[in-house]
Amino acid sequence: MFPRKFDYVAPSSIDEAVAALSDSEFAKVMAGGMSLIPMMKLRLLSPETVVDIGRIPGLDEIRDEGDYVSIGALVRHAQTAASNLPQALVDAASWTGDVQVRNRGTTCGAAAHSDIAADQTAAVLALGATMIAQGPNGTREIPSSEFFVDAMTSALEPDEILTEIRIPKIGGATAYDKLGRRGGHTDYAVAGAAAWVQKDNGSISGCRVALTGVGTNATLAEGVAEALVGTDGSEQAVKEAAERATDGVTVLEDLYGSEEYKAHLAKVFTRRALTQALSFL
Amino acid sequence: MKVSMTINGREVSADVEPRTLLVHFLREDQRLTGTHVGCETSYCGACTVLVDDQPTKSCTMLAVQAEGTSIRTIEGLADNGTLHPVQEGFWERHGLQCGFCTPGMIMAAVGLLEQNQSPSETEIRHAIEGNLCRCTGYHNIVRSVEYAAAKTRGEEPPAPDWNHEEVSA
Amino acid sequence: MTTTTSVLGGAIRRREDPALIQGEGRYVDDIKLSGTVHAAFVRSPYAHARIASIDTLRAEEMEGVHAVYVAEDVRHLGPVLAQVPVGKLRPLLADGMASHVGESVAMVVADSRALADDAAEAVDVDYEPLPAVVDLKQAASDKVKVHDELDSNIILTWECGPWGNEEGIAQTKEEIAQAKQRDDVVVVSQEMINQRLIPTAIEPRAVLADWNRGYQRFEVYSSTQVPHALAGAIAKTFGLASNSVRVLAPEVGGGFGAKLNIYNDEVLVAFAAQQLGRPVKYTEERRESPNSTIQGRGWVGTATVTGTRDGEVLGYELHALCDMGAYTQNFTVAIPFLGVFVGSGQYKFPIHMKLDCVTTHTMTTDAYRGAGRPEAIYYLERILDEYAAAIGMDPADVRRRNYIPASEFPGATAPVGFAVDTGDYEKNLDAALKHFGWDALLQERDLAREEGRNVGVGLTSYVEVCGFGPSALADLGFSWSEYGLPSSFNGSGLVRVNPDGSVTTIIGTGPTGQGHETTWAQIVSRQLGIDEEKIRVRHGDTAESPMGIGTFGSRSAAVDGPATHQAALEVKAKAAKIAAHLLEAAEEDIRFENGQAHVAGSPDRSLSWEELAKAAYQPHLLPEGLAGGLEAHSVFSPANATWPFGTHIAMVEVDTDTGDVDLLRYLAMDDCGTVINPMIVDGQIHGGLAQGIGQALFEDAIYDGDGNLLTGSLVDYPLPTATDLPTFELARTVTPTDINPLGVKGIGEAGTIGSAQTIVNAVVDALRALGVKHIDMPLRPKRVWQAIQAAQNGSDS
Repeated sequence: MFPRKFDYVAPSSIDEAVAALSDSEFAKVMAGGMSLIPMMKLRLLSPETVVDIGRIPGLDEIRDEGDYVSIGALVRHAQTAASNLPQALVDAASWTGDVQVRNRGTTCGAAAHSDIAADQTAAVLALGATMIAQGPNGTREIPSSEFFVDAMTSALEPDEILTEIRIPKIGGATAYDKLGRRGGHTDYAVAGAAAWVQKDNGSISGCRVALTGVGTNATLAEGVAEALVGTDGSEQAVKEAAERATDGVTVLEDLYGSEEYKAHLAKVFTRRALTQALSFL
Repeated sequence: MKVSMTINGREVSADVEPRTLLVHFLREDQRLTGTHVGCETSYCGACTVLVDDQPTKSCTMLAVQAEGTSIRTIEGLADNGTLHPVQEGFWERHGLQCGFCTPGMIMAAVGLLEQNQSPSETEIRHAIEGNLCRCTGYHNIVRSVEYAAAKTRGEEPPAPDWNHEEVSA
Repeated sequence: MTTTTSVLGGAIRRREDPALIQGEGRYVDDIKLSGTVHAAFVRSPYAHARIASIDTLRAEEMEGVHAVYVAEDVRHLGPVLAQVPVGKLRPLLADGMASHVGESVAMVVADSRALADDAAEAVDVDYEPLPAVVDLKQAASDKVKVHDELDSNIILTWECGPWGNEEGIAQTKEEIAQAKQRDDVVVVSQEMINQRLIPTAIEPRAVLADWNRGYQRFEVYSSTQVPHALAGAIAKTFGLASNSVRVLAPEVGGGFGAKLNIYNDEVLVAFAAQQLGRPVKYTEERRESPNSTIQGRGWVGTATVTGTRDGEVLGYELHALCDMGAYTQNFTVAIPFLGVFVGSGQYKFPIHMKLDCVTTHTMTTDAYRGAGRPEAIYYLERILDEYAAAIGMDPADVRRRNYIPASEFPGATAPVGFAVDTGDYEKNLDAALKHFGWDALLQERDLAREEGRNVGVGLTSYVEVCGFGPSALADLGFSWSEYGLPSSFNGSGLVRVNPDGSVTTIIGTGPTGQGHETTWAQIVSRQLGIDEEKIRVRHGDTAESPMGIGTFGSRSAAVDGPATHQAALEVKAKAAKIAAHLLEAAEEDIRFENGQAHVAGSPDRSLSWEELAKAAYQPHLLPEGLAGGLEAHSVFSPANATWPFGTHIAMVEVDTDTGDVDLLRYLAMDDCGTVINPMIVDGQIHGGLAQGIGQALFEDAIYDGDGNLLTGSLVDYPLPTATDLPTFELARTVTPTDINPLGVKGIGEAGTIGSAQTIVNAVVDALRALGVKHIDMPLRPKRVWQAIQAAQNGSDS
């Protein structure tokens, strides 16, 4: 319940925050603290320095930047859930945690934390987002497809901060569906899928599906996109494409499901997400 | 570290260790023991307070993070002895048994009604999803919030549902 | 306020609530005594390990640390006693051997809890891990012994049919064996798991102890359901008279049986307070709780019904292994025995039960809401549904066919051998079928199925035994007499009309949210005609309350309620004497109405309670021979336990693609005898249902083979939330008990006892067409889906 002792810094700019990260042997960035603080209370994680970016101005906005929409590092789940962002991300944010968690936890924080069963990671991935990281050597863009690396591990370096997620305006339609741990859309995902589809002249011209909960991290189901693009997007085509949900994906067993079950759910929710997205077109 | 905030309308500043959680600051330093601790994983919601009007789990927030915020706790809810409609609802509709989750539950409900005066049953249930109650099965908590919502709208609350006539076969 | 004739008091608002809804309730952790220091425990990471050495030096040298205690510091105090002391009693601190993950190995006391936690991490314990046994069947095989000094991991066996009669058992077994030979019978058998649960009161346990060296007296605040028992245990441990220990249970944030225990930390904190001369507090953290507070359930058993094709059950058998955990605590091995009580449910058919109490390298199990009764009813009501399905009979009809008929009440003897107070099971079933529209529900289900939806309904009966209870139980060994408590489970109540006409009622219960301050005010108000607002009910302070047993087993209203009722009657009788004297009338002509005593036929010749009370405390005004004061203390010892019952119905929908179960409706027709406050009674049912449904759908204490608890946090042990439960639909029949003057039976556990199997029956009904015959709880999506797959693939589900 009581974290081990740590130093706390609350910088007023990203540059200062990055400097604070570089100065410490073991520093963690805190935005909402929804994942970090419980881990510290359980003493599963004991950073030497906590860098609270909560007081840095200008990070709490969702901004339309023309080609893309920018989600700042302090945008809360609740803001994302109430936004005009693509449906997959809106639903994923609205099914994250509970009211209180959504009031403080951030979309960028969820991405950076990269929990194996997070909701918004799959949506970010399916939407083809670009992750903006700032470190001592400046800013770099990381494609979302390279961002989620392993269980609770992202492509961020220890002294980098995820300052922004850019959601490209790519047209088409999106959806997210999942089975939550208490059933329905509750709690973390036992398994879930986010889908983006685009249709031109009656045939599927673009598709991206991302899974969560089935492996160590959110991951693209590339076989699905491959199978669906070029088809007419019919029920049958979706069903067949969804069968390839776990092609090349490492499915892991956990308390909530066996490998077989999770692989099955990946297919079910791929189908459901695709079907729902297509219904919006 | 020095931290300053407004608690129930009162300016407060104090020196705290960075590892002091907001809930401990409220309970131990401010002696506002109405806010409770039921877990350490942010699941039970017994520690819910309003931080700048937002229901927030005060066990998952450092006291130092609350710098400059305005905090409302259960102790500040009644207005000079007049119960808040949500408090009244919990009393009138038996929305509590052991009372341990109640302050957090009430603050979550207050947060809801400040956003939405006409919540549906589903909306009420979602608004308190992050507050665990082991006593009531939530049935009467939902009735309590419905009561409070009606009162807030200036309407007559729905009748209680416990006066069953004995059923004969 | 509308009330019905079946209600004694009516739905008045709770007296407790104004404090609780304003943050003014005082729970143990809210209480601060000056100079308090804080305890934390070093806990074993191993389920079974020899403790080679403990190095406390580094911890002791840390700033702010007052003491570190290990087994040898407290060995002389001995273990806390158990009601049935078989198996191994829990040592105060692990003594050379750790026998489950989370067992306390050392206690650290420091200026703050945070510092105590820091220091606990600095205690170096050298463990030599040993093989652990967790699985019940493996444990029962004795291949790995939990404790070398025990002959077997099976520490006790409860066998009945009927209870306590060897000849009867043999005869029943023979009868059932013969029935199985008949060619007109079906035999339906199923192995089922009634999984371990973590009770999870939202308030973690907390204890604060202070020792006064001058008075040689302890004052202990604890979140306990049994304050007197705790006082007795501490007194016994420290060689004091029980009046040298004052236990206060202030607001207690839920208990559900888990706070019906004497915990080592309660004794250890008292020890530290005595050693250090300072108040010592320990507040359990949620992460510690599953291994520091008892768990519940944990049975693996096979239920078998032998019956005719037209629904007559000729025999019921239940053979189960019951998980006791590593150490025996208060009621541990007595819990399955409570299952024996209700083993034959509402029915009249031969029964044979054999329940082996098995020790394992896990946390102790003990009373959790229902305690043995939900387990027993689960097996019975699950297998009856499978029997009904096997013979193609409506589940309601199978039950009706086998009920103990109403004509045998009062005083029917259940086939398990116990006398049942009152019951009219058919009336309750019919009321449920009619009021809830059973036929319409079936129709709705069938229509949904035509649309391709997998909808199912489940219907079950249950009987509960509660209101303990009869002092004859003391003969079975269930007693706290070692702690200087009454050897039986008497109820007690004290009613005092104060000189100003207000009333103080003091009871020996230990409520944890049941609203005793309200219900007891109603009991007293009804007799004295004094407004509830003027009656203050106190409890939970052993220094002032009459000797009481606490609150558990749905006992308070049925045992302590009548005691208070009796005390109120005695007060009224004395007041009548005083009134007769002062009004110069005959005692039998005194009537009490509207808060006044008056002479029959002359409403003007009256005295208010204020006037009566004032006189009562001026003995010179009283008739000769009548002592001053206006109070009475009464003890009530019921002749029997009480037996509530009911019919529950659930409707569910299953997503067969994912295994996700949606609870659509829950309907309960309960009969708890006379109702005092219908609002409070309904609240008890709601909460009970939520815990039964929680077991059916979500909750599971899962241990791995090494004895690690995998579901030790609320992240992995999901409790039902508001979005998981429907609005409950309740109604009731009223069959008063004849063993107490109030007619009340008890309602604390009925909802839990009636519900888990109702949900499982509904889910199996939804999936029966797919070949599913059983799914073990909790019906998490993965289990449901796997059961469907297994059934579809032709293997046994």
